Amino acid sequence: MPSVQLVNISKRYGNITAVKNVNLTIENKEYVCIIGPSGCGKTTLIKCISGIIQPSNGTIYIDGKVMNDVPINERGVGYVFQDIALFPHMNIYENVSYGPLVKGWELSKTRTLVEEMLNMMALSERTNDHPNVLSGGAQQKTAIARALASGSQLLLLDEPLGSLDVKVRALLRHELKRMIKDLELTAVHVTHDQEEAMAVADKIIVMKTGKIVEVGTPLQLYLHPKNLFTANFVGEANFFEGQVDSETKEGTKVNVNGLVLQSSEKVSLKENKIVAAIRPEFVIMEKRRRKELLWKGKIETETFIGNMVRYEVKTENDKTVVVKMPFSSATQEWQVGNQVYLMFPPDSVLLYPYPQLGLEREISVE
Amino acid sequence: MPSIRLVNVTKKFGKISAINNLNLELNDGEYLCVLGPTGSGKTTLLRLIAGIIGPDEGEIYIDNKLVNDVPPQERNVAYVPQNYALFPHLSVIENVAFGPTSKGLDREEAYKISMNMLEMTRLSGRTDSLPNELSGGMQQRLALARGLASNAGLLLLDEPLGALDARLRVELRYKLRTLVKNRGFTAVHVTHDQEEAMIVGDRIAVLRHGQIQQVNIPYAVYNEPKSIFVANFVGGANFLEGYIIERDQQGAWVQLRNRYAARINETNYSPGERVVLAIREEQTEIFKRVGERQEINLFSGTIQSSSFLGSSIVVEVLLENGDVVNSKIPVSQQKRKLASNEKVYIKLPPENIKTYSYPQAGLFRELEVI
Repeated sequence: MPSVQLVNISKRYGNITAVKNVNLTIENKEYVCIIGPSGCGKTTLIKCISGIIQPSNGTIYIDGKVMNDVPINERGVGYVFQDIALFPHMNIYENVSYGPLVKGWELSKTRTLVEEMLNMMALSERTNDHPNVLSGGAQQKTAIARALASGSQLLLLDEPLGSLDVKVRALLRHELKRMIKDLELTAVHVTHDQEEAMAVADKIIVMKTGKIVEVGTPLQLYLHPKNLFTANFVGEANFFEGQVDSETKEGTKVNVNGLVLQSSEKVSLKENKIVAAIRPEFVIMEKRRRKELLWKGKIETETFIGNMVRYEVKTENDKTVVVKMPFSSATQEWQVGNQVYLMFPPDSVLLYPYPQLGLEREISVE
Repeated sequence: MPSIRLVNVTKKFGKISAINNLNLELNDGEYLCVLGPTGSGKTTLLRLIAGIIGPDEGEIYIDNKLVNDVPPQERNVAYVPQNYALFPHLSVIENVAFGPTSKGLDREEAYKISMNMLEMTRLSGRTDSLPNELSGGMQQRLALARGLASNAGLLLLDEPLGALDARLRVELRYKLRTLVKNRGFTAVHVTHDQEEAMIVGDRIAVLRHGQIQQVNIPYAVYNEPKSIFVANFVGGANFLEGYIIERDQQGAWVQLRNRYAARINETNYSPGERVVLAIREEQTEIFKRVGERQEINLFSGTIQSSSFLGSSIVVEVLLENGDVVNSKIPVSQQKRKLASNEKVYIKLPPENIKTYSYPQAGLFRELEVI
C-alpha cells in the first residue's frame, strides 16, 4: 500500500528554484491536495513524485522505497493531466482497458475491471464512442477511469478538472472523491481552486514560491489558518492593520485606526503592529446599535451572489469591511447608503504578527 | 454609448444552429452577462455582435443602426477574444495604448489611461515586456486591460477571467465591474461561471442550444428561474420527481418516490400531472431532532457525506424514500458536527419549492450541463 514521502526535495531550472527544500509525508489512503498560485511549484512537485522530472536534490520514497532512479512506468502510479490525453483512434472501452492489457492481464479479468470502472463513472452507455464525440466532462471521466483501471494504488492528479466548466467541475470532483475513497486509493491532486481542494481533500498543502507554507485539514486552514497567506488564499477575508491595545482575560484588544477590536487570541504585547483577520461571513451586521456592535459604517456596495449577499461597508475609522450574509428578509431590507453597525465575534478574529514585507506583498495571490 | 438589439438572429455552421432565432436587447451603458455551458453559442453570439461573422438570418442593430453589413472596425467595439489576439511585437504598454492612440487620443493621455488599466489588472510592473514573456494569466489580464483602455463604446468580453487562478479571478471580478462602469462601456461578458455572472452583470442572459432561456437581473434569475435548466445552471438545486395527487385552493399534494407526499403552494398543475419539484440547497433545512408536532414536508433520512466548502458546508442526505437531497449550511451557523450515517430530518418549506412540468426529454437531459 502506497505512502509517499519527500525528503528535502529541491528542483532548480537554471537560476530559478521551482521547489525549495520540501518535506512532506502522505499517508496510505490519504487524499491530499496541493494548492497555490501559478508558479508556486505545485506542478513541479507532483511531476517529481510521478518521475516525469527528476529533483535536483532530495529523496522520494513511495511505499518506503527510494524512487529517484525508478522510471515512471515502474513507480506504480496512475496519472491524470489537465490536458486530456486519450487515444483518439480507440473507443472508450479500449482506452480504459489499454493499461491492464499492456500489463498482460487476462481478457476476462480486464473486462470485469474495466466494466466496473466505466460503471462507476457512469460511462457504461458510451463504451463504443470515440473520444472526439464526447464532451470535455465525459472525456475527463474516461481519463480518470483509465487511470483507475491501471490498477495503481497511487493516483496523481494534475489539475484534473482544469479544462472544464465550473458546473461540470463541481459535479466531477464529487464523483472523483467518492471513487478514490471507495477504491481506497492514495491520491495527490494539484489544483489552483481552493474550493475544489476543500471539497475533496483530507489534507491540504499550501505552497508559495516553491515552499510549503502550511499543511492542514480543510477546516483548520479555513477557520484557523496559521499564516496570512493561507488565510487569504483559501477564501475571502478582511485584514486590518492595527496595534495591540491591551491584554484582557478573554484575549487581546486591538486598536484599528481608532476603533477597538476584540480577539480571543493572545499575543505578546511586544508585537506592537499586528494584523487582525476575519472572514466576511463571520462579521455581524445590524441596523440598530447595541452594546457589542462597535463599528459604525455605511453600506457602499451590495452584491447578490445567490445564497449570499455581499456588502462593502465603509466604517468610521475609514476601513472597508466586507460582510457576507445568507440571503434573508433582513438582507432584503438593506440598501446602499444605509447606516449599519458591525460586530466582530472575538473567536472569529485571528491575529498575526505584521509581515516583514508588508501586508499586501504577503497575501498577494500572484 | 451604444445600445444593442438582435432581432430573430440565426447563425448556422453546417447543419448545426449555433444561434437559433435569438432576440436580445441591451440598453446604453448596460453590463450584460451571457451565461451558459460549453457549446451553448456564447462565443458565436459575441462574434456576431463584433461583426467577425454575419448572421444567416435576422438583424443586428447597434445604436439603432442596422449593422449586418458594417465591418468590425466600423462598429465602435472592443472585442477581447478567448485567445487574446495580442500584438506579439508590441510591448505591454504599447498593446494597451494602441486603441486609444488610434482613436485619436494624444499620446500622453493614451498612456495615462493605459497605465491606469495596467495598474488595475496588476501589470504595471511589466510595461516593457513582450506578450510572449508573460504567463497565460498575465496575457489574459493584458488583453482585458487593452479592451478597457480602448475608447470604443461597446466592450465584448469572451471569458475574460477564464485563464486566471480561482483566487485571483474572484478578486478581479469586482474590479472589472467597477472599471467597466466607470469607463461608461456598454458591455457583453460571456462566461460559464454563474457566480461571476451574478457579480459582474446588471442582467444575466442564460443561453442554451443557441437560445436565450431567461434574461433578467441576477436576483430574479436566481429566485424565479423559468426552467429546470436555469434553476440547475444558476445556483443548483435539489430536484425531486413526482405526481400531483390532489389540488386545493392553496396548493397541492405531490406524491414523491415510494409514496412520500410533499406539499406545494402551487395550483397551476392538475391531479395526475407529472412534475419536478426544485428547492435550493440553502433552503433545504436540516435538523437533528424535531418536536412531537407533525410538520409538513418533514422527512427523515441519513447523512451520506458532508463536504466543507469554506463559507458553507454541504450535507448529502439519503431520504427514506430513496431520494437524495443536499442541504447547504453557512459555516457561521454550523454549531455541531454532522457525521456520516447520522439520522437527521430534512424540511422542504413549501414556500421555497418551485414546481415545473416534467420535461419531455426526461429530467436527466434537462440537468445536463455538458
